[in-house]
Amino acid sequence: MRVGLFVTCLVDAFRPNVGFSAVALLEQAGCTVAVPAGQTCCGQPAYNSGDREDARRIARQVIELFEEFDYVVAPSGSCAGMLKRHYPELCAHDPAWRVRAERFASRVHELSEFLTDVVGLREVDASYAGRCTYHDSCSSLREMDVRAQPRALLGSVQGLELQEMADTEVCCGFGGTFCVKYPEISVRMVSDKAAAVTASGADTLLAGDMGCLLNIAGRLKREGSAVRVYHVAEVLAGRADVPGIGEGDDA
Amino acid sequence: MSAPRPQFKAQAGRALRDAQLQHALTHIRSGFVENRRKALEVLPEFEVLRRAGKAIKDHTLANLDLYLERFEREVQASGGQVHWAGDAAEAREIVLRLCAEAGARTVTKGKSMIGEEIAINAALEAAGIEPVETDLGEYIIQLAGETPSHIIAPALHKTRAQIVALFRKHHAQYGLSQALESVPEIVDEARQVLRDRYFQADVGITGANFLIAETGSAVVVTNEGNGDLTATLPKTHIVLASLEKVVPTREDVNVLLRLLARSATGQAFTAYTSFFTGPRRTDDLDGPDRFHVVLVDNGRSVIAGDSDFHEVLRCIRCGACMNHCPVYNAIGGHAYGWVYPGPIGAVLTPLLIGEEQAADLPNASTLCGRCEAVCPMSIPLPGLLRKHRERQYAERIVPPRQRLALRAWAWLAQRPAFYHLSTRAGMRLLRLLARRHGRFHRLPLAGGWTANRDLPAPQGETFLAAWKRGERP
Repeated sequence: MRVGLFVTCLVDAFRPNVGFSAVALLEQAGCTVAVPAGQTCCGQPAYNSGDREDARRIARQVIELFEEFDYVVAPSGSCAGMLKRHYPELCAHDPAWRVRAERFASRVHELSEFLTDVVGLREVDASYAGRCTYHDSCSSLREMDVRAQPRALLGSVQGLELQEMADTEVCCGFGGTFCVKYPEISVRMVSDKAAAVTASGADTLLAGDMGCLLNIAGRLKREGSAVRVYHVAEVLAGRADVPGIGEGDDA
Repeated sequence: MSAPRPQFKAQAGRALRDAQLQHALTHIRSGFVENRRKALEVLPEFEVLRRAGKAIKDHTLANLDLYLERFEREVQASGGQVHWAGDAAEAREIVLRLCAEAGARTVTKGKSMIGEEIAINAALEAAGIEPVETDLGEYIIQLAGETPSHIIAPALHKTRAQIVALFRKHHAQYGLSQALESVPEIVDEARQVLRDRYFQADVGITGANFLIAETGSAVVVTNEGNGDLTATLPKTHIVLASLEKVVPTREDVNVLLRLLARSATGQAFTAYTSFFTGPRRTDDLDGPDRFHVVLVDNGRSVIAGDSDFHEVLRCIRCGACMNHCPVYNAIGGHAYGWVYPGPIGAVLTPLLIGEEQAADLPNASTLCGRCEAVCPMSIPLPGLLRKHRERQYAERIVPPRQRLALRAWAWLAQRPAFYHLSTRAGMRLLRLLARRHGRFHRLPLAGGWTANRDLPAPQGETFLAAWKRGERP
């Protein structure tokens, strides 16, 4: 299986370890992984800001770049949702592009969902000593139908205990440009999320989307919380031996 | 009709700092959200109902003129009258004329969002007619001189202590001044006051949850029975309804009522569901002598013909979208600045009062999709919010600085070589600035983010740079 890895712009810029974790997991599962060098971003900032023209041009660019692979996998429900659910809509007016976009979309998957539902992976070879809680990112949950898959894989990680928090399906307040355009509302939402994380008694927060993770980690750190934050792929790949998101030498 | 635009952010900020409001909002989760969840748990056929409901509304909206004309004929056949109002001003004129014909001094009112939309109370007062709200929530906010903050729970923003204080202030004139503790005590006192008003009223105005084309009936649901008293005690009953409330048959209404009650309050059915068809007949025990329906367009026919937005007219006003919206839950309904709050309001308001007037509303959403997931009519709310953003972008309502930043980013995203050069340089700079801290407490140009949360620093060089260099897991 030839898999094209869509790294996502936030993983590329902020958390390369997630990209390497994704590659490791896909290779463990027997896939041949390629990372097209020309990739930038899925185009969501333009799309969600009402700039359809640029979003469409970026969509075509991504489709062309990834068309040759059997599968396209992203360590993000948000970007995968953009590629799978919104590209066909963006390309709907042009018959030739519509066909290409739909064929492309049918091969797009979120990482944990790809590993369980397509490859049939049941367990990973990793261990993590900690009590983890998992935040469902909105796009993973509602656009990609990802809920059971990451939890099933986490269940196979040695030493890991999964402790669900309240309102795990409620948005963390990131929302792309929302968090900078309406910071007060966004902070209120992420504070609620941080409170749910704390109340769960977990020592580690996991999620499958870098946007949520940067947001929640940023709030937890500001509150002086000791809860560690990782992308779920980092734990599944056994690569959570590096400082968590937002952690430095001073932790 | 105030213009929400300039105030949205300020109003949202005030709402976030209003401790009593924040406390009141916490009841949404334990009340509406939890009750709806339980109601759906015991109704496995909800999805089937939902599809049926959507099909009914889609069919009706596609043949709106046909069903409205049928409705008018049936109302006339049962002895009532239909009045067509093109806009809010015309609707107010018609209602005032009907009130004048009835010689009205006092008007009782059942809850009506279209009444709020056309600001009927202010018009009545200006004409020297006293409107009395009979829905408990509406009555409370009428005493407070406020507008609804929720479409099914208008006084949701009020705490019990605030309500008791309001009653103390306004009910002393009726000799009522005992200490109120429990909710039943509060309800009882409101009932005592309202009882006399029902008999004083010359006209009763209700909204309508549905209009039935087949029978010319108006359907009103309440949990307090106040709709019945408003409609049947005065000599004149005026139904105020917008065009999209019409459905073909009584059978269709049954489907929609089951969806409405469960989505709104988690009830299988509301306590009172009343069908009003024409004025009192000779052998009827009660009922009004005159039955009028004011059919208000006020922008609906334009929306019905708008391929981008016509789906919004499927809305049956259950409020599930706002109950489940994390933004609504954070700021409450008043911050939205007009009649309809929450996700449905963010879609509807710009259509009714203008894109520029309501520019913030479609943008103040994370597009998390929870509203669409719970909408009994499957209205694609996030998609419609995005369509508004597209209109704003095309009409250059987007602030110039934001537009410029977006253009610059889009230009880069389409030029991988430049894009990678700049992300690499940017991340290197951020890493240098963060030193060993792993995060930023403050960062120039990122104040919106860092005011109340840290910004995690980049972990290392970008993934694509490391990959290109040959690094492998």
